[in-house]
Amino acid sequence: MNEDNYLNAGYTLRSWFFTTDHKRIAILYFASLIFFFFIGGAAATLIRIELATPQADLVSSDMYNRLFTMHGVIIVWFFLIPSIPNTLGNFIVPLMIGARDLAFPRLNLLSWYLFMLGGCVTLFAIAAGGIDTGWTFYTPFSTLYSNSYVAVAVTGVFIAGFSSILTGLNFIVTIHRLRAPGLTWYRLPLFLWSLYAPSVILVLATPVLAITLVLIVVERLLGVGFFDPRIGGDPLLFQHLFWFYSHPAVYIMILPGMGVINELISCFSRKAVFGYKFVAWASVAIAALGFLVWGHHMFVSGQSLLASLVFSFMSFVVAVPSAIKVFNWTATLHKGSIRFDAPMLYALAFIGLFTIGGLTGLFLACLAYDVHATDTYFVVAHFHYIMVGGMVTAYFGGLHYWWPKITGRLYSEYWARTAAVLIFFGFNLTFFPQFILGAEGMPRRYHVYPPEFQMWNVLSSGGAVILAAAYLLPLVYLAYSLFFGKRAPANPWDAPGLEWQTPSPPPEFNFETQPVVTRPPYQYTPDFRAEPQNA
Amino acid sequence: MPNRPAFAPQYVSTRHRDETAELGMWVFIATEVLLFGGLILAYCVFRHTYPEAFAAASRRTEIAIGTANTAILLTSSFLVACAVDAFTEETRKICVALLAGAIALGLLFVLLKGVEYAGEYREHLVPGIDFSFDDKFANGAKLFFLFYFVATAIHALHMLIGISLLAVIARLTWRRAPTTRHRAALHSVALYWHFVDAVWIFLFALIYLPGRAS
Amino acid sequence: MRREWIPFWHSGLSPHSGDVDLLFIGLLIVSSLVLGLLFFLMATFCVRYRASNQIDRGHQTAKSWHWEVGWTAASFVGFLALFVWGAEIYFQIYRTPPDELSVFVVAKQWMWKVQHTGGQSEINALHIPVRRSIRLVMASQDVIHSFFIPALRLKHDVVPGRYQDLEIEVEKAGHYHLFCAEYCGTEHSGMTGEIVAMEAPDYAAWLATQTPETPLAQEGGALFRELGCSGCHGTGSKIHAPSLDGLYGRPVPLSDGSTVTADDKYIRDSILLPRSQVAAGYEPLMPSFEGKVSEDQLLRLILYIKSLGGRHP
Ligand code: HEA
Ligand code: HEA
Ligand code: HEC
Ligand code: CUA
Ligand SMILES: [Cu+2]
Repeated sequence: MNEDNYLNAGYTLRSWFFTTDHKRIAILYFASLIFFFFIGGAAATLIRIELATPQADLVSSDMYNRLFTMHGVIIVWFFLIPSIPNTLGNFIVPLMIGARDLAFPRLNLLSWYLFMLGGCVTLFAIAAGGIDTGWTFYTPFSTLYSNSYVAVAVTGVFIAGFSSILTGLNFIVTIHRLRAPGLTWYRLPLFLWSLYAPSVILVLATPVLAITLVLIVVERLLGVGFFDPRIGGDPLLFQHLFWFYSHPAVYIMILPGMGVINELISCFSRKAVFGYKFVAWASVAIAALGFLVWGHHMFVSGQSLLASLVFSFMSFVVAVPSAIKVFNWTATLHKGSIRFDAPMLYALAFIGLFTIGGLTGLFLACLAYDVHATDTYFVVAHFHYIMVGGMVTAYFGGLHYWWPKITGRLYSEYWARTAAVLIFFGFNLTFFPQFILGAEGMPRRYHVYPPEFQMWNVLSSGGAVILAAAYLLPLVYLAYSLFFGKRAPANPWDAPGLEWQTPSPPPEFNFETQPVVTRPPYQYTPDFRAEPQNA
Repeated sequence: MPNRPAFAPQYVSTRHRDETAELGMWVFIATEVLLFGGLILAYCVFRHTYPEAFAAASRRTEIAIGTANTAILLTSSFLVACAVDAFTEETRKICVALLAGAIALGLLFVLLKGVEYAGEYREHLVPGIDFSFDDKFANGAKLFFLFYFVATAIHALHMLIGISLLAVIARLTWRRAPTTRHRAALHSVALYWHFVDAVWIFLFALIYLPGRAS
Repeated sequence: MRREWIPFWHSGLSPHSGDVDLLFIGLLIVSSLVLGLLFFLMATFCVRYRASNQIDRGHQTAKSWHWEVGWTAASFVGFLALFVWGAEIYFQIYRTPPDELSVFVVAKQWMWKVQHTGGQSEINALHIPVRRSIRLVMASQDVIHSFFIPALRLKHDVVPGRYQDLEIEVEKAGHYHLFCAEYCGTEHSGMTGEIVAMEAPDYAAWLATQTPETPLAQEGGALFRELGCSGCHGTGSKIHAPSLDGLYGRPVPLSDGSTVTADDKYIRDSILLPRSQVAAGYEPLMPSFEGKVSEDQLLRLILYIKSLGGRHP
């Protein structure tokens, strides 16, 4: 371990809470996100335990509604959206592009404080009595009928939104301006393309969410508003505005995960990602087209049939670039020299689970089937396959991959693989039965349900318990590695990226000398040794 | 560190730093455009649905104040643009004076806005608090005034932020010899101020003009 | 019906549910093929090219755009087919229903209130005759609900402030679940009921046993007087207000020069937002009844106006 690194650059609280070092801010985010993940996950586990029986036995209906709302709100805005960008991205982006920090380090710190402030406000709303609107805040329920802390919770999300915007802004500017000499756009590792694209979405879509949330608060406070049908306002306008943000937001959530997968697949099959340019532009295409499909959440809401037609068509179109990525990843494996280290297990799981989630997304994009499936567990299963099976898995994969770089320690490979396999099985057991439930017509957000659905629910709940245990494992062995793990070399995976060409953990300003890039990413010699980008 | 370089370690040169900052401001403005864009979209939807009510409601707004405010804001933008030009060692005092002028105009704008709000309150035009309007158009007018208050309040908030930023720059320029760093900051703030100005022009057209054409 | 030639294919419980099921099977098959291919390739590659396997890895496939264009085009064509298939059925499901037999459904937190034209009303249940196309007219009293019958593969949101038509037809007698599928507050999951489909004679018998309260239209007539509508619209009124006789289904010229058809929505708007559409040649004198009449009462008023004659749109 090199002696001068960012971790021992200071030990005071001040040196952490007022740091502008992107690496330390990444750690701050990481700690906060674990916290929010466990809160959101605990709510989910309670939901699943409650649903093991058809009647209400553990919690009241009001409590149940608060649980799934809290689960959705916390885990979407305070875990999944910031997950990869703000922890791995924050840490790795400057390293990958050979810069000493992000473009605006102080903005980066501000973004964390805003995030924490938003989180605290939301937690306060939950502690004070909770909020029961669902993460979608549909009007007029949220504005005129709900008796819960809607305004406070919405304020929390609003603040967190600004944190996202600042992060997105920082990434865009950094990737534009701070690339090392020789690092042209087509030499960027694909992880960066996959962070750039969602950053654009963050910057362009989040403000629409912000203004929509403001309108909710106004309507709650004044008792009249844009979405109030009694004065000729339109509840569907809210849905349009909300999904104009929230559909692109799902790509904010998945694109960084796809980016991580590129790094993992390439490193562990010792080959360049197949079809670099196609994969790179696919990210951009997903981000751009993603703005044109929001109406697919409203096929049964009463929007015009023509609008539905267009949105359905666009939903299929936006799936094409995802298909391109999946096929390119598979092609990357061909004639590689594949090693099955823990990160690779996560990556393979990602491809499988994401594809299942994506394909079921096509079921939903298919108009006639969505009439039946919308607002049932089919949708719940669809998005958990993508968000948990896909994105959370990718997050874990990336975390394991860069862990040696971040902490300078190696974790136990045995336990890491065990956890990966356990998560995979727990996950499928939890969410596959939900497809069947949905196809049979069980509506979502149901606290009590007809007894004939019980069998699949029990399976799902059982899976959730396994999954919860499986998610606890990494916490244990990663924490263990921090203190007792072996010291990590600079480049434990023998990978070519710039981030691996500096010691682990990196020094305070990342590189002793400014690296100069001479190669495209992902280059390996015929005997599968990495060719560093800067050598 | 004993002799800190003039720019943070992630930049290559001061120029690099300043250009980076400017790009950052542009991206931020893109965000802001979408913020007002969502609101204006909602306005368009309802104006399309209730064209007459919107015209009637619009006629109740204070066009005199609105026009005065437009002139004030345009002038202040002009002053800021001049201040950017005058940002040199020799003309530093002028620059500060120009900024002070812009700040004063900005404050005047907010003040007039307050007067306008008070007038609307007296005329029972505040939805949800005290609203009464010709029955025929009451619903549409309510929506119009909702837009009016939300949009102008958010705009006024932007004004206040802009004023504070201008004040910070003016103070820095006053106290110390101008550095390129300050120039970059002034550039960014000026961009922001022009943006706030541009938003107002849109709001002006949407709020005061419908129903006044003939 | 495309599905008829498929052996053993069930015909479905409603005219479209079989189509939707077939679409589902189609989607399943396509996805399984894609997934199967993908998993097969991944598994083969992982086994063949595992690091410990000494195998010839030379002649790596050149990254040619042929591959890219190939799978992009293949996915796109597949997607296009699925899109057209799904859209076609969707348009059939949501076509404008014929006005054969109307039933009114009012959703409110947390119950479904059903009103038959004969005056029978029921809660959280809907009795209908089989093999007859029925037009549901749905309205919500408060928040958004969603009318969902899984067995019929049918669902539509009920949004406050507007009427929603929905066609429903059941082929086989039986009891089917009715769910509220849009989250609507505390008892959302309790907002369930059942659809009881009956053979025509049974249905007639059922209707007869239901205490036929006064028919809805008649109640509407009473309301029409109680609320003072007749004061203006009645014959001999001093106020210049249009006669509502024969209004229903007729085109109505409006004062802004446009023309609308006097359907349920128009009448509803005339009562709640009279200023939004003023009939040509009349002063906008009519007061708004917003907040003064409930959705139930509105339905009755509309039925009454309908009963005054007119053609069906
Ligand atoms: C990260 C999150 C994420 C992602 C990436 C996606 C991706 C997609 N989603 Fe999903 N979705 C959500 C999260 C996500 N979704 C959430 C949270 C909801 C519910 C919100 C709520 O109501 O609470 C939702 C709801 C939702 C709906 C609305 C359902 C309803 O409420 O009625 C629809 C409908 O069209 C949809 C479609 C799609 C499609 C077409 C994609 C596509 O982008 C998927 C593309 C990927 C593939 C298709 C797989 C790979 C492709 C191949 C291997 C090609 C070969 C295939 C063939 C030739 C067939 N999603
Ligand atoms: C964004 C990411 C995300 C993630 C990661 C998850 C993770 C999980 N979700 Fe989530 N879910 C959503 C997003 C997400 N969800 C959204 C947006 C909704 C819609 C909300 C709405 O309708 O408004 C939803 C709704 C939703 C429902 C439907 C509720 C309903 O409609 O009534 C269910 C039910 O099974 C569910 C289950 C789970 C489970 C079991 C997990 C698991 O993967 C979680 C696993 C993690 C842990 C369990 C934490 C670690 C373990 C512990 C802390 C152990 C100790 C805890 C206990 C003993 C209690 N989720
Ligand atoms: C004060 C008098 C008044 C009362 C009370 C009144 N109306 Fe009207 N109504 C009018 C006038 C005047 C018009 C024509 C102008 C318009 O379309 O707004 C009208 C128009 C209508 C129309 C549209 C008819 C058309 O030809 O377009 C309907 C339907 C209607 N009223 C129903 C009702 C009902 C139902 C009530 C009672 C709940 C009611 N009205 C009470 C005066 C009244
Ligand atoms: Cu009514 Cu849910
Ligand atoms: Cu979507």
